[in-house]
Amino acid sequence: MTAIVTGWRNMSKTERRNQILGLLFVSPWLIGFLLFALFPLIASFYYSLTNYDFIREPRFIGLANYQRLFTVDPDFWIVMYNTLYYVGIGVPLGVAVAFLIANLLNSDIKGRTLFRSVIYIPSIVPAVCTAMVWLFILNVQYGVINGFLKTLGMATIPFLSSPDLAKPSLIMIYVWAQGTAVVIFLAALQDVPRSLYDAALVDGANLWQRFWNVTVPMCTPVILFNFIMGIITAFQDFTLPFVLTGGGPMKSTEFYVVNLYRNAFVQFSIGKASAMAWILFLIILFFSVVLFRTSARWVYYGGEK
Amino acid sequence: MTSASQSVRTQREVRHPEKTAFLSLSKALGRVAVYVVLIFLGVTWIFPLYWMASSALKDDPQVYTVPPVLIPNPAHWNNFADAWNRFDFNRAAFNSVFLYSLPVTLFTLISSMIVAYGFAKIRWRGRDALFWVCIATMMLPWQVTMVPLFIIFKNLGWINTYWPFVVPSLFGNAYFIFLLRQFFLTIPEELSDAARIDGASEMGILWRVILPLSKPAIAVVLLFRFLWAWNDYLGPLIYINSEAMQPLALAIYRMRTLALSMGNTAMAYPHLMAVSTLIALPIILMFIFAQRTFIEGISTTGLKG
Repeated sequence: MTAIVTGWRNMSKTERRNQILGLLFVSPWLIGFLLFALFPLIASFYYSLTNYDFIREPRFIGLANYQRLFTVDPDFWIVMYNTLYYVGIGVPLGVAVAFLIANLLNSDIKGRTLFRSVIYIPSIVPAVCTAMVWLFILNVQYGVINGFLKTLGMATIPFLSSPDLAKPSLIMIYVWAQGTAVVIFLAALQDVPRSLYDAALVDGANLWQRFWNVTVPMCTPVILFNFIMGIITAFQDFTLPFVLTGGGPMKSTEFYVVNLYRNAFVQFSIGKASAMAWILFLIILFFSVVLFRTSARWVYYGGEK
Repeated sequence: MTSASQSVRTQREVRHPEKTAFLSLSKALGRVAVYVVLIFLGVTWIFPLYWMASSALKDDPQVYTVPPVLIPNPAHWNNFADAWNRFDFNRAAFNSVFLYSLPVTLFTLISSMIVAYGFAKIRWRGRDALFWVCIATMMLPWQVTMVPLFIIFKNLGWINTYWPFVVPSLFGNAYFIFLLRQFFLTIPEELSDAARIDGASEMGILWRVILPLSKPAIAVVLLFRFLWAWNDYLGPLIYINSEAMQPLALAIYRMRTLALSMGNTAMAYPHLMAVSTLIALPIILMFIFAQRTFIEGISTTGLKG
């Protein structure tokens, strides 16, 4: 900022004009950033240090909200476990499945566009609609999967009504909706130079060796990207668990943001909800930094670095 | 390189004819296997959406018959109209389209274009530093700012209005600012310089030189912003609590309650599936007609559905 002010005197007329115009053009974002990002971020941290219920004035209580969450809160660790289960299994599984599907689509086949569309469409259909469909499909009494099981004389599976199966069911739906990752992987696979595969063939590499020694190293930056984005978005998943199971049965699908929403807008525990929001913020920041830091060791950037 | 490796391969094939025959057989088998796996995956992936649309055409007995009815017979096309009229979905559709999706999409495009122009086409001090701040805000989970923003908008009397979505869209969106900036950078500087010499203002250059050349990027912004608004659930859940003001995503939730309480009576599930189909349909059609734009948007910037 001071550099801008002291530099002002040394600027030519055009430079001054550009300085004003540039700031003017980005001012909508700058004002929006201050009003709708920076200020609420600071306010959120302040609320996390208070006892607040929307009605009475916030009362400063220091780090008590954080302390209570980590030690005495009955739900926090349940919610954290649920979310880590969902993210920890769902994201690696989703990345792996998406990568394998993309590899299949990248082989010499007809109808690639059709297959890609079929895989991609579930990821853009409104989550409310897909939640309704899965609610119906996985229903114990009227669902089609259990309908087939009954036809075969097998026992029905309580996908969404059993605390043991609810999380795996949601992970299954999460993997089903990874079409975006498939499209990103497919684009990356099409950028891998053919000459590398030809060279590997000359060296007598089989399909498996070509996959591990050419495809995977060439795609690590994109795998990393999908992995980071997967963690960040899965941590914030709300609509599917909220609409499908409402956090139940027995809090088994009470995920982080579902619980955060409930604390803020149902219980009106603004201090607690804000503390949870800041913990979420730090968790996401942590994962991003860790992945970017460790990436240098195993990511192939095409010899750029 | 390629021709050299080809000649090496031919030599090997000439030397071992029996091995070549085996290779091509295994290659053909491999291709069949790829098709089998892809068709299996494709059917699995599309099945939930097929089940949604086909169940929408069934009547109550067909919906819960064991074994499940795969093709509705007779097909009740009037289910769509009946389901739609069960609640005031016309009003909800009006809210979704005219109060939320369209204005937010349009304003996001205009504001993000202006800001992106300031970041891409005008040279000024501090530009790159501010651009990094802009990129960094993409990592900020919006749940962190959710509560303070709610308090601000509540104090402004914006509960049960769409101002909490429309007003922030006037200040640009970091994802689209990034996307448009990257695109603007590929437009040769000579074009804007020539316009400047002819006396065009910066706004005039953006409107008459940059905009006509940026149609692919603009299409990506329009599609994705519309998609996010149409699919948004948590936002309206927080700000809209009167039934008359609900968008489609919230209105359909009332049908879920009906389905869970009525079970296999009162056409609860066929109607729920009919409304789900109608809400998902615009997005599916949008994808079919603008497939290239979708795929380009995702594979260049990793935009989520």
